[in-house]
Amino acid sequence: MSQPPPDQSDFIHSEKFLQELMKRQLKLSISCATAFAVLLFGLPLMNYLLPGLMAQRVGGFTLSWLILGVLFFPYVWIIARVFITRSMALEVDEVRHAAEGNHRQS
Amino acid sequence: MKSGMLRRAIIVSLNRIYQMQIDYWILGFSAVTVAVTIWMGFRSAKTSKSASDFFVAGRSVSVGWNASAISGEYLSAASFMGIAGMVMLSGYDALWYPVCYACGYLFLLLFIAGPLRRFGAYTIPDFAEGRYDSPVFRKIAVCFVLFIGFFYTMPQMKGAGTTLAYIFKGVDFRGTMFQFLAPLDDLGRMTPGIPYWFGVAIVGLVITLNVALGGMKGITLVQAVQYWIKMFAISVPIFVLLAVYGGYGKNLALNKSAMDTPPAVVQTVEPLKAERLALPDKAPKDEAWIAPFGPLTSKAAKAAGLSAEEAKPYSLLYTFSLIVALVCGTAGLPHILVRFYTNPDGVAAKKTTMWVMILIGVFYVFPPIFGVLGRNFLPELYAASGSKGPDKVVLELPVLIREKYGILGSILSGITCAGAFAAFMSTFSGLLVSMTSALAHDVYGRMLRPGSSAGERMRMFKWCAIGVGGISVLLGSVVEPLEINFMVGQAFAIAAASYFPLLFMSVWWRGMTMKGAATGMLTGGLCALFSATVVNASTLALDKGAMGRLFSPFAGINDFWKAHPLLRILAEQPAIWSVPLAIGLMIIVSKMTRRTVPADIRMKMLVLHAPEALGLKQEYIQEHQGPAH
Repeated sequence: MSQPPPDQSDFIHSEKFLQELMKRQLKLSISCATAFAVLLFGLPLMNYLLPGLMAQRVGGFTLSWLILGVLFFPYVWIIARVFITRSMALEVDEVRHAAEGNHRQS
Repeated sequence: MKSGMLRRAIIVSLNRIYQMQIDYWILGFSAVTVAVTIWMGFRSAKTSKSASDFFVAGRSVSVGWNASAISGEYLSAASFMGIAGMVMLSGYDALWYPVCYACGYLFLLLFIAGPLRRFGAYTIPDFAEGRYDSPVFRKIAVCFVLFIGFFYTMPQMKGAGTTLAYIFKGVDFRGTMFQFLAPLDDLGRMTPGIPYWFGVAIVGLVITLNVALGGMKGITLVQAVQYWIKMFAISVPIFVLLAVYGGYGKNLALNKSAMDTPPAVVQTVEPLKAERLALPDKAPKDEAWIAPFGPLTSKAAKAAGLSAEEAKPYSLLYTFSLIVALVCGTAGLPHILVRFYTNPDGVAAKKTTMWVMILIGVFYVFPPIFGVLGRNFLPELYAASGSKGPDKVVLELPVLIREKYGILGSILSGITCAGAFAAFMSTFSGLLVSMTSALAHDVYGRMLRPGSSAGERMRMFKWCAIGVGGISVLLGSVVEPLEINFMVGQAFAIAAASYFPLLFMSVWWRGMTMKGAATGMLTGGLCALFSATVVNASTLALDKGAMGRLFSPFAGINDFWKAHPLLRILAEQPAIWSVPLAIGLMIIVSKMTRRTVPADIRMKMLVLHAPEALGLKQEYIQEHQGPAH
């Protein structure tokens, strides 16, 4: 191979960098997933516990049908949009962080 | 002399068939869709030459094309026909299907899409092998491409059989020399129309040839175009139908729920005139249909003789299990995941997922509307079953306006038929490519003959496509009595219990070992596969036609279900126990075999999680290839 073997003792190969990286990513993913799960599992529970409220008519729809058949989709788009914007910002930040770390070490 | 008689018999027969009542608008739209699909397949076959082109489309597809193509492949016969049929049949509970089909993508985006793309491999078996440095694990992972794939092709085939039976329902083979083709009814009498299996076989043949000659490069273009055909075909007829029959909300309001207050004795306003048609006895009652925990989720408990109140906790359990299956299953579908590798980089992969969610989300608002309108205006479908039942409501509903608007009804029905063709053809092609790649690329290219040349593998790809297509047609011919959407849900449940735990845990937990991953994936996946198969066999045994006779040995299971409604629900919707089982086993076995965690695990995790700009991937490849290459 023409390239020299990579140096594996720098900051981006360190345990600390990996742990921070995974932690930040997981935190973002889990917070978005929680917002999703609240509606996903909350709706059947609402149907179970408050059938009267969920059967209220809104423009012909029952409230439950309106949420599940129509409103659920835009709700999920918002979560996806937030996640994508934040995760791209996170990547940019990680690249900067890694460069700084390498710089400090050398 | 003899040949003259034969010729006359053929001419007389063809003449009679020619005079049958076929709606040429419907036939024409469908034929154009099929012809365009085949033409695009052949055209792009000329431009895809190398093996890499064939497998992952040369990895150079733009976000817009790729998002349309993923959506096109994802929106199967279940989405186009099955959801409408199921909403018509079961009401509110069936809405979980479209919602989770669309929103499961979020889960994929949050936890799996980015890391998997950064790791870079052609298929899930590639990922399994790379993550654990284990060729053995690749072989195990390949099995599930086939298990899930075949489960997913069965409903596509039912869509094909149903659509062709609808288009050619005016054909009458009786009294001609082709009368062996006339379908039999429950009592064994010949009826007009073409047999269900005939449609399955024709569509299977066409797609199989298309895939064998075109590969995936063709498929990307075809899939993208087919998304837009499907979107057009589901939305335009709905707008026209809603204009004729009143809005979505108004049509739902015709179905009274138990909570709706009865009209007051003194009314100042003229009560809304109920314009809907009377429901046959077989149809579920309004209050059960429109409310949660209706016929779909309470069937097992009702069969066991429980009251409506007693059945409710069972229905809640069913709903939760269904949600887990569909959301986790989306994240584990082999033919969808392959497409993430066709994005140029991780940012593009994320953008693609966002667009896919929007494209399919908009689509999924429409099919339930067909279900609601079908209940109000086409209730006679409740009385029929198999390919003549509610699964064809999307195809038949637009014809209703023929009385008022003449030819427009036929044109709209032609458009929905074209959409249905686009639906089952695109999904079946995608599955066929996945399964065939697994066989040609993995089983043949790596296990049976590792030294085979690219040309030999290409030839093998074609033969495998024909083999897989043939098996799909056979399986598809058996499942006429089962609901399209229900079968797709089962494929999702198997994916949720096998690939999803594998991908999720491999990406986020560095302590996973190959043995842990394999034990969890195999146990969870096979348990889900087994319960789905038992439930299907027992349901087929209830059929009154030929399939009921074929599956009659399994009829006894239904008595067991009656005695144990909880077990029936857990078998019908296995995700709620099989997904935790798979993940639990992965953790336990991995802890027990802690010493076999790959030595370069930190590097692997870095490749999975570090931004691509850091260039760790190239470094990793360089290390793995070593100086010998």
